[in-house]
Amino acid sequence: MVRVLVPSGALGLGYDAEALRRGVAAKPDLIAIDGGSTDSGPSYLGRGVSKYSRASTKLEWAGLIEAREAAGCPLVIGTAGTCGTDSTVDWLFEITREVLAEEGLSAKVALLRSEQDPAEIAAAYATNRLSPLPPAPEIDAALIESCTHIVALAGAEQINAALATGADIVIAGRTTDTAIIAALPLARGANPGAAWHGAKIGECGALCATNPQSGVILVDFDETGFTVTPLADGARATPHTVSAHMLYENSDPFLLYEPGGHLDVTGARYTALDDRSVRVEGSEWVPSERYSVKLEGARIAGYQTILLALLRDPRYVAAADDWCSDILEKCSAKVRDRLGTDDFTLELRQIGKNATLGPLETQTGDPVELGVLGLITAPTQARANEIGKLLNPYLLHHPLTPEEEQPTFAFPFSPAEIDRGPIYEFCLNHVLELADPMDAFALETHDV
Amino acid sequence: MSDTVGAIAEKVRSKNAGPFWVTVDIFCGSEAAYRRLSAGLDTARAAAALGTETQLLRRFDIPDLNVVKLSLPRPAVQGTAADRDMHGAGWAVLVAGLALD
Repeated sequence: MVRVLVPSGALGLGYDAEALRRGVAAKPDLIAIDGGSTDSGPSYLGRGVSKYSRASTKLEWAGLIEAREAAGCPLVIGTAGTCGTDSTVDWLFEITREVLAEEGLSAKVALLRSEQDPAEIAAAYATNRLSPLPPAPEIDAALIESCTHIVALAGAEQINAALATGADIVIAGRTTDTAIIAALPLARGANPGAAWHGAKIGECGALCATNPQSGVILVDFDETGFTVTPLADGARATPHTVSAHMLYENSDPFLLYEPGGHLDVTGARYTALDDRSVRVEGSEWVPSERYSVKLEGARIAGYQTILLALLRDPRYVAAADDWCSDILEKCSAKVRDRLGTDDFTLELRQIGKNATLGPLETQTGDPVELGVLGLITAPTQARANEIGKLLNPYLLHHPLTPEEEQPTFAFPFSPAEIDRGPIYEFCLNHVLELADPMDAFALETHDV
Repeated sequence: MSDTVGAIAEKVRSKNAGPFWVTVDIFCGSEAAYRRLSAGLDTARAAAALGTETQLLRRFDIPDLNVVKLSLPRPAVQGTAADRDMHGAGWAVLVAGLALD
């Protein structure tokens, strides 16, 4: 039996300290936590930075290093620093050294690097080693080389290579969410379907249970299945909460693709062992013929300047569609005339009417005010800001009719133009075929 | 007026499933509600409400969970200039507002 302790769904989200102590007392073979996700958008990968505050990350990581010391088992983090680039691996390594020094501890630390050289990925594309996943964006060599960061998602093989170094702490770059949990059970002969399924159930911490924000869970793996047990007071796993977790952030609730194969949970059976633990058997792992890893890449897709104006006058709130379309037409013409360019996008979103859903919105309301969010995207920040300055007078004073007295609208900020810097886009939904699982990854160890 | 998904279901949620997909989970809450929803939810109408084509919408009717799940390629890839909803949170209300047959 292999016992994996998962403190929470992500480092930086917090965990229940008492429940973590219970987990340590249960003598886990591994403590595993995810450090990232694409869920907050492409900017983090594009810039190679963490979403979470350094202070929160350090505090929570220190608690896990302390738990590792007490449990005497390895601690693994996957997708360190939100995006798992070399820069965020180095960022968490720096935090790790600080924590170890401040606590007077030493540890063997393994760094698993997942970052890819865009030129090498472009070469792989040229030799047909990239395959698209639906719906894949159109790519070419120039687009690949324009990525600011590309990472490959490591699987169980690479995590096991890092654990095999004898490291106390493994800081991994981009991995699949599940690999950090599934790897050790796989290496020790657990049922492969159970290893991946239990990892999927465990990867969000206690989201597979009641009291989902409590974080801490234990997953026990063996030759026929796995058992999941949440550890916080009041948290219970039931066959329903566990099986329903396969729905979460999955486009297909029965299949999960991983490096080297896929998990099929169609035949999984969920049984309540008591009022808080669930046993799962019957999940199947289907190995693939070729070994491939998924790639994520982000590139700069322009620079943005935004403005926000508030309409409170009931006449303007009622006629906001006309007001916005008239501004778009006049301002766009002015940009073309004064800046001599068509290379920009200008959009006005009405917050309070349909800013979330746009033309798909079906409901109408009677708001007392509307926020009008101006979004300008252009090839340079200077150009976007310049267009923002052309938009500014319209948002401040544009009248519904030419003969009326000049109106003025509420601006919450000065300057009204807010430069957002580069905006990034995810531009790869592809897998990279590898002859050996370590081909796209690098492993190093440090005695700290 | 006919029932809507939101009036029958216990909960409707939506979320990204990676940067290129969004998924909507309809938790029916009971076997009776599941039967009503599974039979009455028109896939083509759901696709139109979500701004996608019927053949691109993946639908899973899961009686063991009393859940109907809809997944679609994001019309605007997450985080692009045209994307309005970074985490895909707003799609649920489009499904909740759908009338049932």
